[in-house]
Amino acid sequence: MGKKGIETLVGLFVLLGIVGLVFLALKAANLASFGGGDSYPLVAKFDNIGGLKVRAPVRSAGVTVGRVASITLDAKTYQGVVRLELDRGVQFPKDSSARILTAGLLGDQYVGLEPGADEKNLASGDTITQTQSAVVLESLISQFLFNKAADAGTSAAPAGAKK
Amino acid sequence: MTMLAALGARTLDVFRSFGHAAFFFFDLLRAVPASLRRFGLVVVQIHAIGNRSLIIILASGLAVGFVLALQMYYALVTYGAAESLGLIVNLALVRELGPVVTGLLFAGRAGTSLTAEIGLMKAGEQLAAMEMMAIDPKERVLAPRFLAGMVSMPILAILFSAIGILGAYVVAVLLIGVDQGNFWSIMQSRVDVWRDVGNGIVKSAVFGVICSFVALYQGHETDATPEGVAYATTRTVVMSSLAILGMDFILTALMFSTP
Amino acid sequence: MRQSARPRRHCARTPVAEADKNSTSAMPSEPQIASADTLIEIEHVTFGYDASRTILSDVSLRFQRGKVTSILGSSGCGKTTLLRLIGGVHGVNSGSVKFDGELIDAQDRELLFRLRRRMGVLFQFGALFTDLSVFDNVAFPLREQTDLKESMIRDIVLMKLNAVGLRGAAALRISEVSGGMARRVALARAIALDPELIMYDEPFAGLDLISMGVAANLIRTLNDVTGSTSLVISHDVPECMAISDHVVLLASQGRIVAQGTPAELMASTDPEVRQFVRGEPDGPVKFHYPARPLAEDFGVNAGSAA
Repeated sequence: MGKKGIETLVGLFVLLGIVGLVFLALKAANLASFGGGDSYPLVAKFDNIGGLKVRAPVRSAGVTVGRVASITLDAKTYQGVVRLELDRGVQFPKDSSARILTAGLLGDQYVGLEPGADEKNLASGDTITQTQSAVVLESLISQFLFNKAADAGTSAAPAGAKK
Repeated sequence: MTMLAALGARTLDVFRSFGHAAFFFFDLLRAVPASLRRFGLVVVQIHAIGNRSLIIILASGLAVGFVLALQMYYALVTYGAAESLGLIVNLALVRELGPVVTGLLFAGRAGTSLTAEIGLMKAGEQLAAMEMMAIDPKERVLAPRFLAGMVSMPILAILFSAIGILGAYVVAVLLIGVDQGNFWSIMQSRVDVWRDVGNGIVKSAVFGVICSFVALYQGHETDATPEGVAYATTRTVVMSSLAILGMDFILTALMFSTP
Repeated sequence: MRQSARPRRHCARTPVAEADKNSTSAMPSEPQIASADTLIEIEHVTFGYDASRTILSDVSLRFQRGKVTSILGSSGCGKTTLLRLIGGVHGVNSGSVKFDGELIDAQDRELLFRLRRRMGVLFQFGALFTDLSVFDNVAFPLREQTDLKESMIRDIVLMKLNAVGLRGAAALRISEVSGGMARRVALARAIALDPELIMYDEPFAGLDLISMGVAANLIRTLNDVTGSTSLVISHDVPECMAISDHVVLLASQGRIVAQGTPAELMASTDPEVRQFVRGEPDGPVKFHYPARPLAEDFGVNAGSAA
C-alpha cells in the first residue's frame, strides 16, 4: 500500500468520524433546534422555578418557540430570574403570561407562554410581568392536609359546640 | 519478620513501577511535539490502528444497537413508553457504551498489536539500534503511535454510537413498529449535544490516551523473549480494561452527577 | 571539512569517484592534527546493571585510531557491555570512558547525539527494521540525520550496498534476506553516515564459512579504505586473528587476560590464552559448572541427598 493510498484511507476515516459526529449532533441531539441564530431575549421572574433547567423549551400552545438561556437569583427580591431566548419570528403581546408547566405527568418542566391581548409586543430584553411559579409537590400536599384538617376542625367544632 | 519485609519490598516495587510508568508517560508527552512535526508517521499509524479497527467497531456497534433496542423495548412497552426507545438507546450509547465498549475493543485489538510490535522491536534490538544512530525511538516510534491512538479512539467511539443508533432504528421502526417520527423527535428533544455527546467524546479521548499509553508501556518494558511478549500483551488488555472501567466510573460521576 | 555543528545538516564528505574496486563512498578522514593516537580511552571502569552483579571491574583499555581491534572472550565477560558504555547507552558506575578526548556522559543527550553520529554499530543479528525494505533500512540514518535530497540519498545507499555486495538486493524486504545478507545490510546501514568508529557486536556469529570470510574481508577493507577505527567483539578466533591489528582477550568481570598483536597472542604460553585461542575444552576456564561431588549425585546415596 503506497503512501498516497494510506493517506487517502486515513482521510476517509477521519471524514467518516466527522460525518458520524454531525449525525449524532443534529439527528440524534438537540443541536439543530438550539441557537438558531435569530432570537431575541426576554426575562421572566418567578417565585419558584421548580425543576426548570437551562435549555428547557419555551412553548406556546404546545409549540416550541424558544429555549431557557439562563437561570439566576435576584439578590434583592429573591425571585428566580429566567432569561428566555425566543425565535425572532414569534412576537408576544406585552401582557403575555409565563407559567412553568410539566410535560406529561412526570416529565421535564418547561416554560409555557400564553399570549395576552395588548396591541404592543414585548421587545427584546423586556420582562414578562405575569408569571406563575411551578407547582411544588410539597406545597400541594401541605395544602391538601391543611384543607383536610380544616374540614375536620369545622366538623368537630359544631360537634364540640353541641356539647 | 521476613514476610513483613517481603511485603514492604513488594509495596516499594509497586511504587517504583508506578514512578517508572509516570516517567515513561512524561517522556512520551515530551516526544509528542517532535512527532507532530513528522505527521506522516502519525498518519501511517492512524491507518494501522484506526482504519484497521473499523470493521470490528462497526460490527459491534450495529450488534449492540440491535440488542439494546430489543431489550429496552420489552422493558418500556409495559409502561407505555415505547416511543422513548430511541432516546434510551441514544443515551446509553453516547454516554456509556460507545466510549467504554469501543475502549475495550480497542484495547483488545489495537492495544495488543501495539504491545506485540513494540515488544518484538525491542527484542530484535531495533530500538537500541535507533538509539545508537542518535535517533530517539520515543519520537520516531512511540509518540506517533500514541498520537494515533489518541486520535482514533474518539472517532471510533463516535462511529460506534452512530451505527448503534442506526441499528436501533432498524429494529425499532422497521421491525417492531415504533413510530418513526417519535423515535427521532423524542431523541432530539432530550439528548443534549454538549452534555451527552460532548462528554462521551471526552471520555473516549481519555480512554484512548489510557489504552495507547498502557500498550506502549507494556511493549517497551517487556522481556525480550517470546514468553515476555506474550505476557505483555495479556497485561495490556487486562490493565487497559480495568483502567477504562475505573476511569469510566470516575468520569461518569464527575460529568453526569447532576441531572 | 569538519561536519557542521547543527544536527540535521550533514555536510558530509561527499562521495568522490572511487579509485578502488570496493567502491566505498567516503574520502578517508583527514589526519587529526595534534590529537593522540587513541580514539577511545577506558579508564578504571566499573559497571554493573545493579548492585548484585558487577559486569566490569576496574577495566582500563585504549583503542587506537585507524586500527582494527578485536575484543575476544567467552560469553558473559562483558564485551557487549563495553560497546554499550562506549555508545553511552549506560553510564559507568565509576571510572571514565572518553571518545576522541570527550568524556561520555550518558545523561547528556546533546553530547550523545553529537558523538553517536560519528559511530556506527553493527548489532548481533542485524537489528534491521523489519517493516522497511533493504534500501529503506540503509537510507534510514541518511533520511533521519541529514537533509540530503532523495536522489543523493539513493546514490549513497546504492554505493553502500555495492560496498557490501548487495546492490542488487535493494528492493527486497527484510523477511526475504538470509542471515548473512542481513548482517551485510546492517553493515551497510552502519556505515551510511561514514562514521569514524564502527563497532561490530559478534559479526561472525551464526554465519557459514563463506559469509564469515566475506564479513571479515569487508571489515578489514572498510577499515583500510575509509581510515576509520573498527572494534570487533567476537569469540571467533581465526577470523579475528586474520583481520585485526590488535587483540584484547577478556575474562569474566572484564579482567584483561592478554593484549597484543595476533601473532603475540597465538604464540603466548599463558595457559588461559592458550586455552582460548586453541579452543581447548578444559583448562583455566573449567568445563564443569560448579557442582557437588559426583558420588553425591550418582552414588549409593543419590536421591536421598537430593
